Amino acid sequence: MVGSEEKEMKTSVIDKKALYAYLEEIKDPEIPVLSVVDMGIIRDIKLNDDELEVIITSTYTGCPAMDMIAANIRVELATLGFQKVKVTQSISPPWTTDWISEDGKRKLKEYGIAPPNPKQQVCNDKLFAADEAVQCPRCNSWHTHRISEFGSTACKALYQCNDCKEPFDYFKCH
Amino acid sequence: MSALIDYTLHLADNSLILGQRNGEWCGHGPILEQDIAITNISLDLIGQARSLYQYAAVLINDSELSVSSKASSPLERRFGGEVSEDSLAYLRTEREFKNCLLVEQSNGDWAQTILRQFLFSSYQYYLYQYLQTNTDTTIAAIAEKSLKEVSYHLRWSSEWVIRLGDGTGESHGRMLKAIDELWRYTGEFFIPADYEKELKIDGASLKYEWSKKIKTVFDEATLTVPPDIFMQEGGKQGRHTEQLGYILTELQYMQRAYPGCEW
Ligand SMILES: [Zn+2]
Repeated sequence: MVGSEEKEMKTSVIDKKALYAYLEEIKDPEIPVLSVVDMGIIRDIKLNDDELEVIITSTYTGCPAMDMIAANIRVELATLGFQKVKVTQSISPPWTTDWISEDGKRKLKEYGIAPPNPKQQVCNDKLFAADEAVQCPRCNSWHTHRISEFGSTACKALYQCNDCKEPFDYFKCH
Repeated sequence: MSALIDYTLHLADNSLILGQRNGEWCGHGPILEQDIAITNISLDLIGQARSLYQYAAVLINDSELSVSSKASSPLERRFGGEVSEDSLAYLRTEREFKNCLLVEQSNGDWAQTILRQFLFSSYQYYLYQYLQTNTDTTIAAIAEKSLKEVSYHLRWSSEWVIRLGDGTGESHGRMLKAIDELWRYTGEFFIPADYEKELKIDGASLKYEWSKKIKTVFDEATLTVPPDIFMQEGGKQGRHTEQLGYILTELQYMQRAYPGCEW
């Protein structure tokens, strides 16, 4: 009897889809509308014997939220009854803003943060002139300018809309 | 193995020390946005340092396990066998740090901080590009990951060099003074240390691209690239300017005064 219970436990453990749904509950501490799944930082979930391993990737190497996210994942899974949970950080291949889900990009915009532009526009070392066109998340105007390459967190730049005058964060391409 | 450990520590120390230096601007930047910018760059650099120290710790601990002759290196003896990213940052002495001399130089005024960042970021940009294809896959992965951040640092610092160099008489004069102060520390980038030679890391091959980049930005900033002068070196081997001691005093104070403390 114990054996069959154990077996049932294990099959449910490998149900990744359900696990991803639970992980949807864990939000990025700095952008509380986005879950770690929306952010695209959950690389894989594995079962090693009786230990559940969640492999995550950091957005920016110095992102101070990563330790907190890892701790929150352990807490969330512990409350679901997983006794042994290991959170491993993986750096290769590196995370890019392309990994943010479409749903995540929509949520970002609703929250007032301009979502990252499609990749091809960006990430070059050209000066001044190479300012990206970024759409204002409030009035949708493209008539905006960059105030600072670095915003409230390492992953964001600070922009201002020339039309509605509202300053806003832009989740910079990475 | 020991060359790889030394080289990983060299890369980590470059990032940690410059990150620590830039962090001194926190709350003192010339305007709020730039205060945030310079401290964000600190955060990126310290993040890189963490990845590299973590890797160095694994290498050191593994070589400890494999016993034999190498097991009694001073580092391993001092840490009683278990080395971590924290012990590498907080418990090594000045002579064990392998960062380039440039990154430990004082902040000076904003011009000096900007120039130091630009000279270093342009070097780090080409270095990480080069290391992306290194045979050591961890070093390659850290380089690839960090390169995106370094591109931002390079762009930001280049813009500031131009803004100050091609700005007012006052800002131009301060850039000239900064060049006078810092240029002598750039030669070291391209002089390989023994551990770089052993790993066949050809830093000298980056000099051409680096010089071209400096010239392009300096031209636009109406600044002149200095002629060949005597270059200081020694940082990669642990022979530092007096500046490093002060940085470590501040950086390591808590762990020295209260060993093992956490908060
Ligand atoms: Zn607007």
